[in-house]
Amino acid sequence: MADRIGAISVRLGIGRDNYRIAPGLYALGEPGAASPVLVTCNFKLTVDLLRRELAGRALWLLVVETYGINVWCAAGKKSFSTEEIAGRVRAAGLEKVVTHRRLILPQLAAPGVAAQKLRKLCGFSGVFGPVRADDLPAFLDADMHAGPEMRNVEFKLAERLKVALVEVHGARKFMGWILAACFLLALLGPGGFSFAGIAGAGAGAFGVALAGFLTGVFIVPAFLRRIPVRAFAAKGLIAGALMGLLLAAILGRAWPEKTAALMACAAFASWFAMHYTGSTPFTSLSGVDREMRRYMPVQAVLIVFATMFWLAWAWWGDSVTRGL
Amino acid sequence: MKEFRHLENIVTLEYHPDKCVGCGACTTVCPHGVFNQENGKALLADRDGCMECGACALNCPTRAIVVRSGVGCAQAILYGWLSAIPFLRRLFVPDACCS
Ligand code: SF4
Ligand code: SF4
Repeated sequence: MADRIGAISVRLGIGRDNYRIAPGLYALGEPGAASPVLVTCNFKLTVDLLRRELAGRALWLLVVETYGINVWCAAGKKSFSTEEIAGRVRAAGLEKVVTHRRLILPQLAAPGVAAQKLRKLCGFSGVFGPVRADDLPAFLDADMHAGPEMRNVEFKLAERLKVALVEVHGARKFMGWILAACFLLALLGPGGFSFAGIAGAGAGAFGVALAGFLTGVFIVPAFLRRIPVRAFAAKGLIAGALMGLLLAAILGRAWPEKTAALMACAAFASWFAMHYTGSTPFTSLSGVDREMRRYMPVQAVLIVFATMFWLAWAWWGDSVTRGL
Repeated sequence: MKEFRHLENIVTLEYHPDKCVGCGACTTVCPHGVFNQENGKALLADRDGCMECGACALNCPTRAIVVRSGVGCAQAILYGWLSAIPFLRRLFVPDACCS
């Protein structure tokens, strides 16, 4: 027995890169022919989490190929699918390893996995486990029963901010372009055509964009329930406008510049709050689609006006403030 | 999820009770408690809580549930639109999220 376990297990960490582990059958503890079989994705952090939560237990872990993507997203993209599981069951020769015919599936894989079709495809039937890995021990002890509290997703503050970091990573290129755009615009006048002036004006403009970004990515998620509108883009507009007011008071020299800062900050916060929908576990395709159609024009208008105010004030300066 | 709500009355979830055999799969797989079971049939308890993940429809043995499933992710939707434009098609893939 020990030899067989050694042969098929402990390949953890030999994946193609840090986030991916090789698909196949792994042993946790020293499982036997009656031990439960848990199916999961090949995102390394998920497998690590399972090993931690299930430490001290003996079971089989069937890792399927999801290209290093977590269970939920992989199910949405259909790489975590009924066929993929069936294929891995056959490839591992699971029917010779265990005597029972039951697989425990992650509940969040359900958008990609039809449990009722599994038996026909590979001889094993699927049971959906709990949403969270830390409920797995209780689920196993309760003879594979999960109550409603194990079935519903949550979205606590720590989690909201943790996924916000993913957003930061995802936005780094976009923010790079914004940085370049800020200095290009500063070159056109607001910098007063001196090197120090351009550097100052460009940095100031980027500061406004950055404030909007941070507002959309961190402040909106942190106060998700406190901002009394449903649409994320609208939450971003409100929070961004407040942040913009603050910035205008600190940075702006005259009202056109202050107005520009306010509008730009609101637009950026709205844009990024809207993108945060991708990290939440409760927004629907239809809902986000509606939000985008409604608020992207608003964001565009705000940005265009902010740029116009900024440049106009630089070009015509005091005559703008006096004339209007 | 009762705590967080997105827009109301917008999801494409359809439930046809006449086809339901009360197997309970929809209640099991839904991460938002949208379906309850009552008198041997599913009950659409919280339609606006649905996030269109498609788990219930896929796991329903009798196709009593229909939903246009997809991810509610602005970037994925945006790239979907951009990739439909001839020239931009090469720069944007429609399925760009969670990668
Ligand atoms: S589509 Fe997903 S969220 Fe909506 S009811 Fe079905 S399982 Fe629940
Ligand atoms: S999965 Fe389908 S058949 Fe089963 S309870 Fe739900 S609606 Fe009814």
